[in-house]
Amino acid sequence: MIELRDVHKRFGQNRVLQGVNLTIASGTSMVIIGGSGTGKSVLLKCILGLVRPDSGTITLDGQDVTKGDRDAFLSRFGMLFQGGALFDSLKVWENVAFRLIRGANALPKAQAREVAIEKLRRVGLKPETADLYPAELSGGMQKRVGLARAIAAEPEIIFFDEPTTGLDPIMAGVINDLIREIVVEMGATAMTITHDMSSVRAIADNVAMLHGGVIRWTGPVSELDATPDPYVQQFIHGRAEGPIESIR
Amino acid sequence: MTAILGAIGRPVLEALAAVGRVGLFTAQVLGHILRPPYYLREFGLALLQIGWLSLPVVGLTAIFTGGALALQIYAGGARFNAESVVPSIVAIGMTRELGPVLGGLMVAARVASSIAAEIGTMKVTEQIDALVTLSTNPLKYLAVPRVVAATIAMPVLVAVGDAIGIMGGWLVGIMRLDFNSATYLKNTADFLEVWDVGSGLVKGAVFGFIVALMGCYHGMNSARGAQGVGRATKSAVVSASVLILASNYVLTEIFFTS
Repeated sequence: MIELRDVHKRFGQNRVLQGVNLTIASGTSMVIIGGSGTGKSVLLKCILGLVRPDSGTITLDGQDVTKGDRDAFLSRFGMLFQGGALFDSLKVWENVAFRLIRGANALPKAQAREVAIEKLRRVGLKPETADLYPAELSGGMQKRVGLARAIAAEPEIIFFDEPTTGLDPIMAGVINDLIREIVVEMGATAMTITHDMSSVRAIADNVAMLHGGVIRWTGPVSELDATPDPYVQQFIHGRAEGPIESIR
Repeated sequence: MTAILGAIGRPVLEALAAVGRVGLFTAQVLGHILRPPYYLREFGLALLQIGWLSLPVVGLTAIFTGGALALQIYAGGARFNAESVVPSIVAIGMTRELGPVLGGLMVAARVASSIAAEIGTMKVTEQIDALVTLSTNPLKYLAVPRVVAATIAMPVLVAVGDAIGIMGGWLVGIMRLDFNSATYLKNTADFLEVWDVGSGLVKGAVFGFIVALMGCYHGMNSARGAQGVGRATKSAVVSASVLILASNYVLTEIFFTS
């Protein structure tokens, strides 16, 4: 279980997180929604330790994430970055198997390659893709390679940062289905950031809306449409009029 | 009055903070050099990129510099009938100063810019964050192989540049200045001391360290967007070049004035 308690973060004068409280139960899929620049990615990076919060606590199964063995902590996570964040200088299979061929429990290269090809197949990519470089792939294929890398080491917790941004609706649907399948199959805890409401409905067990530096609303996805919260209603229906200013 | 003091104080404080940041970065890189894991594939690639692929530019720089140096010393030496010193001055000038400094500056332009652009792009496309999430320390994976490779490759480049520069002087000497080939080579060998070459190689190692360190530092601290990467690239080349010239003076003081 991931718990955030009164998490604050500011960059100069910009107070991005102003007391975030959120609980993500093990084995569930939480989707964070909210306008651009509201700190969704910062929140995710705070959990991973890529950004240090100014105050507040973040715990994973009761353990403070800033303490203890960092490698052991990170080995429990997989992450799909918004732009894929694939390493340009490495072939696709080397990207997917990056964690598998390094560290104390490194697999032999041939075995790691086999695992990578299997994961590529899992996300709908042919084995021939394995020996290409990321620059030779389309945006959708890069996203899928990023997804294969995120699940390669079969992590307990997977983060998805805007997994469908920049993809056509069909490819976005494919990625949404893949994420849902992977989360259900692996029994992983998932946390996804998205603006895409079709993704929210396809991926989420629970939804949280981040606005004004705090969690404005959180609840099961089944209650999302029925909530009277005007912020949530404006966001999910994409209205220009409402309490969320369109010019931020 | 306070406005004037503020105008002076702010850049001074900024400069001191920058020195502190670079110092801290250097200490971190040195610390990681001493601790495993080591990424040999990345080290090999860096050695190829920094060493082997810099040979043409270092060689071309050296041959023209050696030739021009021979012409200058001959023309200057003619004023007091000292034309015969051309071989020895070319050799000493190339090995002690021009080989390492010009080689260092050319490698700074080629390598510091490329490292800063590559790492800066990795930063803005979240590849550095991805490395962290994959339990890989970016300093260890990106900076250490490049810094070690540059520190090893640069003395080799300087040695090759020295040889080519002396050859450039020899070619001009025998083809344009009517030197006897055997005499030219004998004068070069007779007057050149081991420390002339050795000091240049030590300078090369220091310059190589500076070049890669500045490339990595500015790349890792690149701001967002194409403009941020461009600024990091420019800063890497400028700071590496200035540090090469400054450290060259310090090393020359240490090596030759005691």
